[in-house]
Amino acid sequence: MKVSAERCHHCGACVGSCPQNAIFMNDFILEFGEACNNCRRCIKVCPVAAISEED
Amino acid sequence: MRTIKCDVVVVGAGPAGSMTAKWAALGGADVVMIEKRPEIGSPIRCGEGISRSWLDRVGIKVDPKWVARTVKGAKIVSPSGNHFVMIDESKAGNEVGFVVDRVFFDKALARDAAEAGAKIMLKTAATSLIYEDGRIAGVKAVSHGEPVEIRASCVVGADGFESQVGRWAGIDTSLKPTDIITCYQYRLTNIDYDPDYTEFLLGSVAPGGYAWIFPKDDNTANVGLGVLLTRLKKPGEVKEYLDRWIARDPRLKNGQPLEAVSGAVSVCAPLDSVAIDNLLLVGDAARMINPITGGGIANSCYAGMFAGKVLAKAVKANDFSMKVLQEYEDDWRAKMENGLWRDWMAKEKLITLSDDTLEMLVEAVSKVDLEKITVHTLLAAVKETYPELVKEFEDLI
Ligand SMILES: Cc1cc2nc3c(=O)[nH]c(=O)nc-3n(C[C@H](O)[C@H](O)[C@H](O)COP(=O)(O)OP(=O)(O)OC[C@H]3O[C@@H](n4cnc5c(N)ncnc54)[C@H](O)[C@@H]3O)c2cc1C
Ligand code: SF4
Ligand code: SF4
Repeated sequence: MKVSAERCHHCGACVGSCPQNAIFMNDFILEFGEACNNCRRCIKVCPVAAISEED
Repeated sequence: MRTIKCDVVVVGAGPAGSMTAKWAALGGADVVMIEKRPEIGSPIRCGEGISRSWLDRVGIKVDPKWVARTVKGAKIVSPSGNHFVMIDESKAGNEVGFVVDRVFFDKALARDAAEAGAKIMLKTAATSLIYEDGRIAGVKAVSHGEPVEIRASCVVGADGFESQVGRWAGIDTSLKPTDIITCYQYRLTNIDYDPDYTEFLLGSVAPGGYAWIFPKDDNTANVGLGVLLTRLKKPGEVKEYLDRWIARDPRLKNGQPLEAVSGAVSVCAPLDSVAIDNLLLVGDAARMINPITGGGIANSCYAGMFAGKVLAKAVKANDFSMKVLQEYEDDWRAKMENGLWRDWMAKEKLITLSDDTLEMLVEAVSKVDLEKITVHTLLAAVKETYPELVKEFEDLI
């Protein structure tokens, strides 16, 4: 998964919804950890379409 | 590495964190509250609507600084807009609401915590738990870019919807897709509306959730909506729902945004456990949001007060095991567990209803003369008119 810094509002909706607890967000950085199993829930949750699959 | 020692470290300086910090510090605990953002209360992630009645009960003094608007009541509007249930002052008693300014509200609660003796660290993000002899003994954090260890007898996870503290400790706070509402909101100005009522619009305008208008001033309101995760078909659709509604509604269509807020709320049943030895969760982190209204500020404040008082006892007893912390579980459950169950079941039902059924329901309830209107009396009215809708949980009504 990757995040678009231009779109992201840092709201944490993806962080709290990730079943793997694989997303870490501090004030500005949003990172996807190794626990990610590509379930794509974060893509769906994000209110502003800031997350997409790595190409 | 810098090490800080205290009795209680609170992760997150929202309402739940500040209330916990305040009540624990008042009871003599040495409290450090950390917040990863550079400003408490900002940017907001909230519609800012609250009822008034509970503020006294948790020791919050109303301060004009954080009251944006006092409303006369609320309207629950049917999908067509043709029917509504009006909840006005006479019907709602002192439940009539405020629309607050969270930027000031959250700071006021943090100030109360500081006055009680709690220390606050901004730009400090918890990154993991510290374990010592198999016991939780604080958090590792990054403060202004530098690693720091905050050693404490108890860790409080007050880290909101995004909460990780609980999951780090092995408490299962993960949500089902049907228990997640994803939201988008504008503070919209230049609108032409009734600024004396909060409005809740049901139906396909916001599938599985609702759309809201919460007045900030005569021509500005928080206008937003939340959609159930399972009803979304493509990325970014929530914002599209909101933009479409605004463009369609004659009251809103000339509105211009002053602020955009994105976020999510949990609408789940109460968790089995929110406390273990040396750690407890409060507020959104403990999934205490009301599953019907999506409101979480009041429950966060109640939970914070209960937690803080119990932590003060734990300090005196020098025991942060469940032997002492169980009282926190008992207190918050006594206050809200049944209501959360009932409202979660009502939500499970509501999300299955079509616009036509919702239309009928709002029309039917609007004709019932209710003395006092709360989620409870509304459900009771539904039980009178459409008993089959509430059959599965009628004993909770
Ligand atoms: C769009 C929207 C509209 C809403 N409207 C309403 C409403 O009208 N009325 C209502 O009652 N409720 C509403 N809610 C819910 C309400 O916002 C929450 O219930 C309330 O903020 C919960 O308070 P809290 O203290 O538990 O968490 P929060 O207020 O979310 O505070 C958590 C804090 O923890 C910090 N944090 C997180 N992780 C870390 C970490 N690792 N280290 C340090 N700090 C951390 C965060 O930065 C944040 O400041 C709404 C929510 C949303 C998303
Ligand atoms: S794809 Fe699934 S597991 Fe991976 S970060 Fe997103 S929500 Fe988490
Ligand atoms: S849900 Fe979207 S906007 Fe919110 S933090 Fe995640 S990527 Fe950013």
